[in-house]
Amino acid sequence: MAKPPPPLWLLAEVTHSCPLQCPYCSNPLHLIPKKDELDTESWLRVLHESRQLGAAQLGFSGGEPLVRKDLEDLIGAARKLGYYSNLITSGVGMDGDRVARFRELGLDHIQVSFQADDAVLNDYLAGTHAFQHKLEMARAVKANGYPMVLCFVIHRQNSDRIAQMLDLAVELQADYVELATTQFEGWALLNRDHLLPTLEQVREAERVAHVYQEKLKGKMRIYYVVPDYYENRPKACVGGWGRVFLAVAPDGMALPCHAARDLPGLELHNVRDHSMEWIWNDSPAFNHFRGEGWMKEPCRSCDEREKDFGGCHCQAFKLTGDPTNADPACSKSPHHHIVEEAAMRARLPSQQVTVKPLMFRSRKNSVHL
Amino acid sequence: MSDLNAKPTLAPGYRFQWEPVQERHVLLYPEGMVQLNETAAAILTFCDGTRSILGVITDLENEYKAEGLREDVVGFLREAVDRGWVRYG
Ligand code: SF4
Ligand code: SF4
Repeated sequence: MAKPPPPLWLLAEVTHSCPLQCPYCSNPLHLIPKKDELDTESWLRVLHESRQLGAAQLGFSGGEPLVRKDLEDLIGAARKLGYYSNLITSGVGMDGDRVARFRELGLDHIQVSFQADDAVLNDYLAGTHAFQHKLEMARAVKANGYPMVLCFVIHRQNSDRIAQMLDLAVELQADYVELATTQFEGWALLNRDHLLPTLEQVREAERVAHVYQEKLKGKMRIYYVVPDYYENRPKACVGGWGRVFLAVAPDGMALPCHAARDLPGLELHNVRDHSMEWIWNDSPAFNHFRGEGWMKEPCRSCDEREKDFGGCHCQAFKLTGDPTNADPACSKSPHHHIVEEAAMRARLPSQQVTVKPLMFRSRKNSVHL
Repeated sequence: MSDLNAKPTLAPGYRFQWEPVQERHVLLYPEGMVQLNETAAAILTFCDGTRSILGVITDLENEYKAEGLREDVVGFLREAVDRGWVRYG
């Protein structure tokens, strides 16, 4: 087999610890315990070897990466290696001084995520008081010479407040705003019946986003991504399996997609035991869905297969039981009705559906599952 | 941009660098990357905030022993500003 293209993106999920408890978190339900986390040396080796393979973008995420006391060391090393490094954070666990230190060490970008535009809803969704602090951190990021990048995670409970979120972004003088619809993986999938927005909400959100995009042209960039449940076509899974993206979980497991851990039949390997080069080029997991050999109908003969590569295998598995099926978000999938039914349920007033209580993401709930 | 005295520079948060594995220059920005062709890379090398557009054109023409690069440079910069890569500072 020809040598695969180089990875461009390394996602370092440095910890699953997090002071927040967002029910829309896409982390797996089985959170990696702190004692099983990779140590600093191992992370440094992962950064070094992945950079040699070609990775240029580096994301520090989690959990909450700020929980790691050695984050400063990793950031400094990343800059020396030539990465463009992104910190994906709730903002809880840093203050103005730590932001300034990150800047000095060469961190390129900080994305602060918000649960909502007001303290009550934000703190309800986060499961803790964090809103005021987030505002301060957004300002601190900008004060330190970074572009201010805000991310609002959108779902049924806050989708009607997109205008207010964008007003807040304007007030804070944000440079980029990402309105990211919940990815229904992990905790978010568990809570889907509480979180999936209705079709009406999605269209209205799109409309509002467009109005603000026009109004703020040249000042603020706004990205709004329609949830794949309403698109009739799946998203290209991580840019294509084993084509650009490589994630390393807190315990060192190398993942072709951050949700790949739950896929059956996938032989995953740990960075403690193997080089990044072997993992990317030769390991069975990264080759599992490379190319098109694994495809069945309707994907195999579909003329859009170069566009979305059959969609998300994790979603196909979670919803149909078989990861080699077409992603059921696709209207050509014989399982598309599963997605349509979830969308129908989202429209019913909540009294009419019996749903499990909203499950906040926490170590406690994790053990109980 | 018609003012050839304006000084183009990379927008905050953007980084321009050579990627040995890809054997090309790229422009990196929050969670994204643009893979540049040689012309774009040559122009961006001179967009460091110290030269005017005219200066960029002159230096490029000297460096590559070429003439009449003005249209290429102005056209590229218009697009680069549109896409938010470059600003005038
Ligand atoms: S894959 Fe996604 S986008 Fe791909 S595989 Fe798994 S959660 Fe995804
Ligand atoms: S059938 Fe498969 S390849 Fe074609 S659009 Fe749907 S998911 Fe993509």
